[in-house]
Amino acid sequence: MTGSDKLTLLWLQSGGCGGCSMSLLNAENPALYELFEQAGIELLWHPSLSESGGRALIDLLQSIVEGDTRLDILCLEGSVMKGPNGSGKFHLLSGTDTPMFEWLEKLAGAAGLVLAVGSCAAFGGITAAGDNIGEATGLQYDGERPGGLLPETWRSKKQLPVVNVAGCPVHPGWVTDSLLLIAGRQLQADQLDEYQRPRLYTDHLVHHGCPRNEYYEFKASAEKPSDQGCMMENMGCLGTQARADCNIRPWNGSGSCLKGGYACINCTAPGFEEPGHAFSETPKVAGIPVGLPTDMPKAWFVALASLAKAATPERLRKSATAERLIYPPGKGGDKS
Amino acid sequence: MSETGRKILGPINRVEGDLEVRLEVGQQKVTRAWVNSPLFRGFEKILQGKAPADALVYTPRICGICSVSQSIAAAAALAQLQGIAPTENGQLATNLTLACENLADHLSHFYLFFMPDFARAGYADQAWYQREAARFRAQTGAASNQVLPARAAFLQLTGLLAGKWPHSLSLQPGGTSRPLSRSEQLRLQAMIGNFRRFLEQTLFGDRLENVNTLASVKQLQQWQSQHRQSDCGRFLAIADALQLHQLGRAADRFMSYGAYALPQGWLFRRGCVTLEEGHAVYAKLDERRITEDIASSWLAGERCPLHPYRGRTEPDAEQSGYSWCKAPRLDGRSVEVGALARQVVNGHPLALDLVAQNGASVYSRVIGRLLELALVVPEMEHWCAELDPQQPYCRHALMPAGGRGAGMVEAARGSLGHWLQVEQGRISNYQIIAPTTWNFSPRDGGDQPGALEQALEGAPVAGDIEEALAVQHIIRSFDPCMVCTVH
Repeated sequence: MTGSDKLTLLWLQSGGCGGCSMSLLNAENPALYELFEQAGIELLWHPSLSESGGRALIDLLQSIVEGDTRLDILCLEGSVMKGPNGSGKFHLLSGTDTPMFEWLEKLAGAAGLVLAVGSCAAFGGITAAGDNIGEATGLQYDGERPGGLLPETWRSKKQLPVVNVAGCPVHPGWVTDSLLLIAGRQLQADQLDEYQRPRLYTDHLVHHGCPRNEYYEFKASAEKPSDQGCMMENMGCLGTQARADCNIRPWNGSGSCLKGGYACINCTAPGFEEPGHAFSETPKVAGIPVGLPTDMPKAWFVALASLAKAATPERLRKSATAERLIYPPGKGGDKS
Repeated sequence: MSETGRKILGPINRVEGDLEVRLEVGQQKVTRAWVNSPLFRGFEKILQGKAPADALVYTPRICGICSVSQSIAAAAALAQLQGIAPTENGQLATNLTLACENLADHLSHFYLFFMPDFARAGYADQAWYQREAARFRAQTGAASNQVLPARAAFLQLTGLLAGKWPHSLSLQPGGTSRPLSRSEQLRLQAMIGNFRRFLEQTLFGDRLENVNTLASVKQLQQWQSQHRQSDCGRFLAIADALQLHQLGRAADRFMSYGAYALPQGWLFRRGCVTLEEGHAVYAKLDERRITEDIASSWLAGERCPLHPYRGRTEPDAEQSGYSWCKAPRLDGRSVEVGALARQVVNGHPLALDLVAQNGASVYSRVIGRLLELALVVPEMEHWCAELDPQQPYCRHALMPAGGRGAGMVEAARGSLGHWLQVEQGRISNYQIIAPTTWNFSPRDGGDQPGALEQALEGAPVAGDIEEALAVQHIIRSFDPCMVCTVH
C-alpha cells in the first residue's frame, strides 16, 4: 500500500486514557506535523488524527499482518488488556470481535520497531493498579518484571526490544526526540536504560533543575499543598530518585510537577501506581524518610540533613511553609 | 433498495477512545442503534481501599482529554467530605485551569475531530468541497498547522497554573497548590490575549463580544453572511448546504451541573430543561434523582436503578448486555449534556432559539461549543485580573476518617460527577458518571435508549454504511469521550 521510502508509523490505543496522545499534540518546535515532515514519517493511522476508521482501519491492520503493508514503527498507548481470565474481553477492538491484545501480538511481529508510549503500554501503569482486575500489563514488562504481552527475549524486526517511552503522561519531547533518533537510524540498544527507556530523558533525575533546590539543600520542608519548601520530607516527593528530565525540559511552556506545587510520583517507573502509601505523604521510619537518594550512604544523608537543618537561613525556614517568600534574599537579615 | 439488516460500525475514530455502534437499517434510514463502549479498565475498583486524597492522583488518569475536570470533581468530592471550600484565588485558578482545558477541547473537537469529515470523498460533488477540503482535511488541511500551535500555546496556561497538562495534582479541595506571582499573573493575561487573537482572527473573524451576544438564529444568519471567510462562517455555510440542523435530534432534555463557580454563584447555572411545544421549561436539578441502571451492561449486581452512592461496578463479561457502560438517568429519563445543554440551561438566547426551532442537532451542538469559546475567554480575562497575589491560594483541613462527598462539575462534554464514600480513613466506594456516560448510555431496564441511540434513529443511510457521513456527523456532534464513559 505504501511504496515510499518514508518510515511508516501506526498508533494504536488500548487500556489507557489517551493522555499521551493529548500530550503529544502539545509538542512545540518541532510541532507534531513538522516532526513527521522532518523525520520523514508517514502516519498510517492515529485514532485522533486520521480521516477514516472502521473497515479502512481493519483492512490496514490486516494488510500489515499479512506483510502487504510495511510497518516501520508501531506505537501503543495504554495497557494491554488480558482480562477477564485471559480472554481480552475488556478490550475487543471495535468492529472485529477480536481481543486487542491478539491484534497487538500480530502487529508487533510485523513491525520494524515497537514503541510503548506511556507507562501503561510500557509496564501496565495506572490501569494495573489495585488488584489489577483488568489483568493489564505492559508490552514487554508486567510492572517491574520482564515479560508482558511479549516475552523478555522478544526482539522486533530491527532487533530491538520494545522501546519504553514511559511517563504518565509522556512529555511530548520524549516521543518526538525518540522518533528523531529512530529516523536518524541512531536508536541502538545502548541508548536504552535498564527498563528499556530512552536514556535521552532517563539519564536525568527529576531533581535536576528542581526550582526548590535551595530548600532541598537546607532541608527546609513544605508541610501542605501550596507551601514553597522542599517536598521530599513530608509531601511524598520522589524527585531525587525518579528518572526523567522534567525540570530541565519544561512542560507546557514553563511547568513541571514540582513547579506546579506537587510531589513527583515517579511516573516513569514501573509500579509507580502502587507506592504502598498515600502518594502525597512521605513514609518515615523513626522520623526519617524511607525513600532517600539511592546512590549515597544513608548515614551520610542523615548526617548532612541534620547539619543543613541546623544551618537553614531564616528566610528559607519561614518561606518553606508559606505560599510566598516571607522576604527575598539579601534583605531582612538572614541569620547564621 | 430497502435492505434491512444490522451493521456494525467501528472502530470510530476522531473520538477519544474506542467506540462501536450497531445499526439496524431499513428503507435507507437507521431504525435502531446500539452504542457500545468496548474498553473496561476498572477505576472504581482501583480506588477502593485507597487513601481518600489518592483520588487526586488516580481519577485525572481516567481521561487524558478531560483530566482537569476529573481532578476538579475529585477535589470537590473531597472538599465536601472535609467541609471546606476553596479560597477565592484557589477558585479563580481552578476556573482558569478548567476553562483552559474545556476550551482547548472545544477547539480540538472542531478542527481535529469534526470538520475533517467534510473533506471526505463522499462530498466531492459538492460545490464547496475543493475549498473546504483544502482547509479542513485531516492532517494535511491548512487549518491543522495553525490550530495545533495555537492549542499548544493556549495550554501553556496549565504550565503556569497547574504544572502540566494532562494529569496535574495542583487542583486541591481547598484551592490550588500553585500560587502565582504578579509577573506570572501578567504573563497569564498575555497568553489569554493571544488565544483571543487566534479566535478572533481565524475562527470567527470578529470580536468575541460580537459573537457571544448573538441572540437568535436570525442574527446568527445575518452574522454568517458577513463572516463567510472565517472558519465558523465556513462551517455555517456547509451546515446550510447539508441541512445539519435536521440531523441528530435526541429527546431534547438537557442537564447541567452548573459551570465555573463564582462568589455570586455559577457563571452558567445549574439545572435541567425540557422542551414543551418549542418552549424551554427550566427546573432545578435534584442530585438525589440521579440513578444508574445496568440492564444492558456487562456488569453484575442489583438490576434496579441505584443512586451512585449505592452503586457498584462489578464487571461480568457473561452478562447479556451490549456495553460496559451503565445507563444513567435523571428522574428515570435519559438526558443530553454538553456545551449546548449548558447554554440552554443557562438561558442563552441563541441556544434557546436554536433548540426551539429544531431541537438539539448536529448544527446546534457545534454552535454550542463555538459559542462557549466566545463566552468564556472574556470571563477568563476577568478571573485572571481578579487574582490577588497577596491572598492565599489554598485552604487546608484534616481528612475525616469517615463520611461522603459528591463532586459535580461541567467538563467540556458536559456533566461529570464523582460520589465518594470513606470508612476508617479509606475509600469504601467511589462511583463516577461522566458526560459521555449520559450521552452514549445504552438502553435501561425500560428499554429507553440513550441520547446518541435516539439521535441516530432516522439518520439517512444510502448505500454503504461506512460511507454514511450523516451517521458520522451525528456521533461526533456529541464530542464523545469513550475513556471517560467507561473508566
